[in-house]
Amino acid sequence: MIELYLFLIFMLIAAIIATEIKDLLAAVISLGAVGFAVAIMFILVQAPDLAIVQIVVEVLTVVIFVAVILRTTHIDETIGKKLKGTQILSIVLYAFFTILFLIVVFRSFQELPEFGNATMKVASEYIKLGLPQTGGTNIVADVILDFRALDTLGEATVLFTSVIGVVALMRKVGRKK
Amino acid sequence: MIIFASCIILFLIGLYAIVTKRNLIKIAIGFAFIEYAVNLLFALIGFKHGALAPIITQVNTPHNFVDPIPQALVLTAIVIALGTTALMLTVILRIYNRYKTFDIAEIKKLKG
Repeated sequence: MIELYLFLIFMLIAAIIATEIKDLLAAVISLGAVGFAVAIMFILVQAPDLAIVQIVVEVLTVVIFVAVILRTTHIDETIGKKLKGTQILSIVLYAFFTILFLIVVFRSFQELPEFGNATMKVASEYIKLGLPQTGGTNIVADVILDFRALDTLGEATVLFTSVIGVVALMRKVGRKK
Repeated sequence: MIIFASCIILFLIGLYAIVTKRNLIKIAIGFAFIEYAVNLLFALIGFKHGALAPIITQVNTPHNFVDPIPQALVLTAIVIALGTTALMLTVILRIYNRYKTFDIAEIKKLKG
């Protein structure tokens, strides 16, 4: 699994560049690099459905970000300015929360199975019943469309609610000058 | 274990961008990083060495699949992440049209 480690390192470097660079367009391109690295890692951990969806969503995300930046500005003026009091306070709070979070993460990771040894307690039932009960050969599609179809209905509701929000915010009619 | 820890590092980078950056686009990028970190952690937990993608190609043979449930959950989460990102960027665009800046310290007109 050496290639998985390489992509993880690539992802982390691109993430640090995206948060610290001055040009916002370059930051968005780095965000796209992180997203496509995640898509390739989905392929490496045998999740082709996730990889397909991640590539489509990543392309759309980068296009939306670039569209916003092209209508506004692509220079981050806040980088390099002197730190204000509230910003120093937020950095201190972030450091405090990080220590707290790492303690919780360390404790909960003791309970997790080691990498590459999934327990499959619930999944074995789905794999056994997937083909006879739903007739679908792709177990992931069986789970989201048959066993947990109400979850998918909720997902569609959230998606259309966000579309209504975008349309309501972008419309020109009724906007004050 | 170190492979899960790198997801946590990506989560913390995203949280750093949200908490300490003053540019609205950087904050939106931080939210996207947190989403990627959680999705990737779920997919990595479901991995099994030597197993195949959960797609049945031959009936009547014992199946050796990776865990399909985290994949099904993450599939939902990825699409919802796109919706939240689009809504967030729309609000950011309206804020820029009103105040002509991305700096959250300059956006003060709503302050009581």
